[in-house]
Amino acid sequence: MAKYYGTRNKTMDRHVLLRDIDVPDIREYDVYVANGGYEAWKKALTSMKPDEVIGVVKDSGLRGRGGAGFPAGVKWSFIPKDVFPKYVVVNGDESEAGTFKDHQIIDGNPHQLIEGVALCAYAVQAKTNYIYLRGEFYEPARTLQRAIDEAYAHGMLGKNVLGSGFDIDIHIHLGAGAYICGEETALLSSLEGQLGQPRLRPPFPAVQGLYAKPTVINNVETLANVPPIVLNGAQWYRQYGTEKSPGTKIFCVSGRVNRPGNYELPLGQYTIRELIEMAGGTIDGRPVKGVLPAGSSAPILPASALDTRLDYESVQAAGSILGSASFVILDDTVDIVWAARKMVRFFKHESCGKCTPCREGTHWALKLYDKLLSGRGTPEDVNMIGEVAGQMANKCFCLLGEFATSPMLSTLKHFRSEYEAFIARHRDGVMNGYTDELIREGVIAGPDGIVARH
Amino acid sequence: MLKEKRAADIEKVLAKYPPERKRSAIMPLLYLAQEEYGYCSDEAMREVAEIIGCDPTEVKSIVGFYTMFYEHPVGKYVIDVCDDLPCALRGADKFVSHCEKKLGIRAGQTTPDGKFTLHTVMCIAACDRAPVAQVNREYRYDLTEEEFDRMVDALSQG
Repeated sequence: MAKYYGTRNKTMDRHVLLRDIDVPDIREYDVYVANGGYEAWKKALTSMKPDEVIGVVKDSGLRGRGGAGFPAGVKWSFIPKDVFPKYVVVNGDESEAGTFKDHQIIDGNPHQLIEGVALCAYAVQAKTNYIYLRGEFYEPARTLQRAIDEAYAHGMLGKNVLGSGFDIDIHIHLGAGAYICGEETALLSSLEGQLGQPRLRPPFPAVQGLYAKPTVINNVETLANVPPIVLNGAQWYRQYGTEKSPGTKIFCVSGRVNRPGNYELPLGQYTIRELIEMAGGTIDGRPVKGVLPAGSSAPILPASALDTRLDYESVQAAGSILGSASFVILDDTVDIVWAARKMVRFFKHESCGKCTPCREGTHWALKLYDKLLSGRGTPEDVNMIGEVAGQMANKCFCLLGEFATSPMLSTLKHFRSEYEAFIARHRDGVMNGYTDELIREGVIAGPDGIVARH
Repeated sequence: MLKEKRAADIEKVLAKYPPERKRSAIMPLLYLAQEEYGYCSDEAMREVAEIIGCDPTEVKSIVGFYTMFYEHPVGKYVIDVCDDLPCALRGADKFVSHCEKKLGIRAGQTTPDGKFTLHTVMCIAACDRAPVAQVNREYRYDLTEEEFDRMVDALSQG
């Protein structure tokens, strides 16, 4: 048995998703079943029509947990009834910096994901289904495969499940290190054995997805919500969260806090400040400088936004996006220019190269940040960063390119004075502690006079 | 030959996808090839192309696109340390500098004895357990410099 990943932060009497916190061995088939597991699956197969499953998920108001927040039931209802085969593809590419919730679901509560996939497959009548996991999830994939094998062995997957006449197969497909594959059309290309590059939409995957057939793509966390919804009903689910953001959500907290980890909470009930308190507060109690609500791709929020409520609408109103709810906390010890460069470096590395604004823009933006960090920056360079980001915004083929502008534009918006102070402090090649990183990345020469090449 | 050595695994991989969509198996097959050859050698890519029924150039483009397929020989143990923002906020950069010192190489290099390759990688979805690394794709959480040294010493013996 592969080792377990996850922090056991108890935030609710009974968790909806991170049930491994309440029932430590729930990753085992018998334990899952003893705790109500596969009851929703049995209920659907024996007493519900596929459309009824779509109906209850629609009524629950469950929104996609991968980032976009699109209502899951509505997405399922777009699948045409008369085209076969169709597919359910699970997005388990979890690669946004600061996101580690799907990791814990897969490792800690894999059967709930499998049951969710099965319910979705039944709802849209897909027989063959794929769970796409990032290549680095080699270990979690083993746990999940073991759970899938158990589900087959107990007749929950395979041919004619529970005598219903419904056949279902679930396969795991491993990626190989490409953030872009979290973009749903790039994920499909990757699954088809092509370069992981996004495709033009429309046609949307619901019409022409995997192998040009109707396809539902949902995030791991989204589908893990489905079994309790089908079992307990939409009204039960709506006891959590707000009217527009129902249910619970896993918040990944990382960065400068004492107890980083996953925290499952009803949407809209708490504020960012309270989330940070739950995570043990900041290290040494330092003041918060900024918060990234959805990893590198969300605009940074300054400390003045700490009382923002944790739901899709409130975070958007505050000027950012809730997205995957990966909260990276920055305190006053963090250099904003350095942090922005880390994020720009991420996007430069992960740009798939398909479209010019993103490929070239991230390349030149990183060069400008390299210049700042190596103590050669000028105020014109700061303006140029804003210009490069401005040239990229709204001109990229997919959202990755748009995301790449976030760390630049949002830090310039809220922390421009820090850029100016940084330049003043790092004049004439003074680097203040960044030397090792810059040598390693080939920005400056090492003591041997050699510039590293990658 | 991959086809003989891993016949059962190849069959299992191909069975996951529709028979006319063999190309979907390209990445799983490359993982098998990499396990056998240590990296995606020209020979390995040719074999994968033959199984799939596509041009070796197409396989090569996949290898070039995805970071987890190695185009050159790597050490027996590939150590991937995350130095992305969330990890860096918890000391990953200093930790990587220590790894470089301990192994006597820079990130991106392989030790002369062919034992270790050190990579820095982008976020690997375990930010709450930083500094975090993967050794041949297996997670090592909550690493300290002392733990890293012990791990390297132990692997050096093996």
